[in-house]
Amino acid sequence: MKPARPSRLSIETPEGVVFSFELATPVTRALAWSVDAAAIALGGILVGQISQLVSKVNTDVAGAVSVVSYFAIQMVYAIALEWRWRGQTIGKRLFGLRVIDVHGLRLQFPQIAMRNLLRFVDMLPFFYLVGGLTAVFSRNAQRLGDMAANTIVTRERKGEAPDLEQIAPAKYNSLLGQPHLAARLRSLVTPEAAALAVRAVTLRDGYDPRARIALFRELAAHFRSLVEFPEEAVESLTDEQYVRCVLRVIYGAG
Amino acid sequence: MIVDIPRFVAAERPYWDELRSMLDRMDTEPERRLALAEIQRLHYLYERCSAGLARLDTFSTNPALRGLLETLVARAYSEIHETREPQKIRWKAILVAFPRAFRRHMGAFRLSLGITLLGCAFGWFAIRMDPHSKAVLMPFQGLLNSPAERVHEEETAKSDRLSGSKASFSAELMTHNIQVTVLTLAMGMTFGVGTLILLFYNGVILGAVAADYISAGFGAFLTGWLLPHGSIEIPAILLGGQGGFILAGALIGWGGRASRSERLRAVAPDLFAIVAGAAVMLVWAGTIEAFISQYHQPVIPYGLKIAFGACELVALTAFLGWAGRE
Repeated sequence: MKPARPSRLSIETPEGVVFSFELATPVTRALAWSVDAAAIALGGILVGQISQLVSKVNTDVAGAVSVVSYFAIQMVYAIALEWRWRGQTIGKRLFGLRVIDVHGLRLQFPQIAMRNLLRFVDMLPFFYLVGGLTAVFSRNAQRLGDMAANTIVTRERKGEAPDLEQIAPAKYNSLLGQPHLAARLRSLVTPEAAALAVRAVTLRDGYDPRARIALFRELAAHFRSLVEFPEEAVESLTDEQYVRCVLRVIYGAG
Repeated sequence: MIVDIPRFVAAERPYWDELRSMLDRMDTEPERRLALAEIQRLHYLYERCSAGLARLDTFSTNPALRGLLETLVARAYSEIHETREPQKIRWKAILVAFPRAFRRHMGAFRLSLGITLLGCAFGWFAIRMDPHSKAVLMPFQGLLNSPAERVHEEETAKSDRLSGSKASFSAELMTHNIQVTVLTLAMGMTFGVGTLILLFYNGVILGAVAADYISAGFGAFLTGWLLPHGSIEIPAILLGGQGGFILAGALIGWGGRASRSERLRAVAPDLFAIVAGAAVMLVWAGTIEAFISQYHQPVIPYGLKIAFGACELVALTAFLGWAGRE
């Protein structure tokens, strides 16, 4: 099977450290855009109200105010907010998205302006078809405006420190009795597998008993396939206990 | 080396918190300049956080902790490795950035002008050879009547047909023309093909209208009608075309060794300066079109309108050609 398009953009610093950004999916971006479209429509309604007030004094000026203001809202909304909120609009804030420079550098005003002005092409022929298709097929999920401006849209991480006690409470762990194997396990488990195991432990009470047994059996089999611990260290552990012990190894509590 | 996560978190957390609060402060006060000691501290915290991330990358898979460190390193990296000047609004700089950007890309402007002139020539000859093609070449109600009828109607008008709607007419002209200009620029992303088509089509309409009125003997009316706003509006659309070809050139990247991303990054400030300048020009052109261009002899003599348009063109040429020269 052909590998799926990468969902992350990795950047290596001159110091040799690699960090990555999770790319926003076209669907999430479309949802954020629909919130922004609603905000623009709301702005249009406000403009209409103001225009009605002005029309009591001069209908011609009211018409001009209405046309210019609505146009300005459409053009300036995203540019102004992304500049003020460092890559976010109302929709992007709600869905935890942020526009960033493709090289991880600080976003510059011309970049924000370009990516938003080029919406004119991305919106063609209707409903962002050009931009949507380009985002689906491009390597970093970029629409044409993003490509021209060297920007990407990422999903923000909250950046909170993990609650170690909740996931890995301090209990006796027979796997930690084999420190060299525990270290090997820690280095072999992928972040995705660890996240899946945390999710399984956190949501265990909500699963159907049979499904829960099958899930932990599968997870335990996966972890066992990575590192083989001596029989005496694991003989009395159920699959679920084994997964919990693995999590304690990964998250470091003894 | 085995990382004892709780001990590692306990030891490093104060540094992460300090780095985060520094970055938050920089986010909320972008204008503030850091003192040398603060810059050194920021760099130290960034290096320390990076080292922590490198240790986790090798020895641990804790996703939440890695996410926390990646976020901090990414934010600090963008502040430390950014070498471009932070953008501040300096009106004088904006005023000269536009003509400088225009002059830096004269080749693209010449191409834009050449394609428009080619379209004009096509429109001109098409109308001269087949006057019935008017409905196809310029399908706009106001242009379909015969020039003689239009000129008679305008010159003998007893009342101001735009009375009470000049401001809204002007606003519609401005917004429409800005949209056309931005679209002409944005179409550069089709490797310039879309820009070329739009410029050529604009030229065809212009050439066809000119052929229609000049062959009917109404050259003075046409010049008096178009020049006051056209001397600004047409160059603005040509500037949109210039922007489109700059964009296309950066996408194609003939001969250069820079990557596509570097080329696009290099032209972004110039593109923005050009499109912003063209938008300001179109606000002016929209105002003139609604308040001056639509009034003809005897209300405003053609000579006066033509002189006004010529002065605008000279002023624009002088501004784009000489403003901000070093």
